[in-house]
Amino acid sequence: MSDAHHEHGHHHREPESVLSLRVRALESLLVEKKLVASEAVDRIVGAYEQDIGPHNGAKVVARAWVDPAYKQRLLADGTEAIEELGFGGVDLKVVENRPGVHNMVVCTLCSCYPHALIGLPPVWYKSFEYRSRAVREPRVVLREFGVDLPESAEIRIWDSSAELRYLVLPERPAGTEGMSEAQLAEMVTRDAMIGVALVRSPAPAAR
Amino acid sequence: MTGATALPRKNGELVFDEAWQGRIFGMTVAMSHDASFEWREFQAQLIAEIAHAEREGASSSYYERWLHAFERLLADKGLVDPTALAERTHEFEAGHRDDVF
Repeated sequence: MSDAHHEHGHHHREPESVLSLRVRALESLLVEKKLVASEAVDRIVGAYEQDIGPHNGAKVVARAWVDPAYKQRLLADGTEAIEELGFGGVDLKVVENRPGVHNMVVCTLCSCYPHALIGLPPVWYKSFEYRSRAVREPRVVLREFGVDLPESAEIRIWDSSAELRYLVLPERPAGTEGMSEAQLAEMVTRDAMIGVALVRSPAPAAR
Repeated sequence: MTGATALPRKNGELVFDEAWQGRIFGMTVAMSHDASFEWREFQAQLIAEIAHAEREGASSSYYERWLHAFERLLADKGLVDPTALAERTHEFEAGHRDDVF
């Protein structure tokens, strides 16, 4: 909230509703010029709110865990390999976590992110805090996310751009040998695919 | 680090805090699909806008910066005249217009 609003004696709208009015004015102009159809905007917003979440990316990860040949293709050419599963529209590089090597994705300039696979970026991903600190002190940031890596582990930071997005292929946790691809996909979180979380072994009691 | 500087960890936050954020996001995506502009052209505007706001120490929110970047792109492309937008916004503010989307 801007302090400027406290300087006036009379009532002002909250900045949010000023912005909201401006956006409505913009939409009304764009619709009038036939540059945008409100139904198309509805569809896109609805898709992002309901359908497009991290589960697309989770399916890609689970397939790579159960199918070594797919994993090879995925690491060699992420863009083509995700098209095999019906996801696309983005140039993608998949980076693999393995013992001693942890990958973490950031967009230092804005908020580039593989939307089609993991939805919209969380608030913290877009924050100046994360964008600056992920590069400067990744180990500390990871610890704040609850990921404590051994000192010997190498951390690789991938800076997304409008041209190329990154997705982390997390390590498949121990104790998941008997699980189906669908069960595995359920375990994969958005944060694990950004590289700020690990996929945890299932609790013995839960299986 | 704790408090305001701590990074939030939860997985399930809302996609859009307010409806207008979804509208501006949706308009940008829709127009890039229709090839009114290339997504990367918008991205370049957004990067510039964020860098500018951070240099100035502005308290503007992410989607506010998105809106500015989008407006600038539309103006640069000659698609929406800033004066026309200011006038239309004023009509909405004054309650002379109340299109519902």
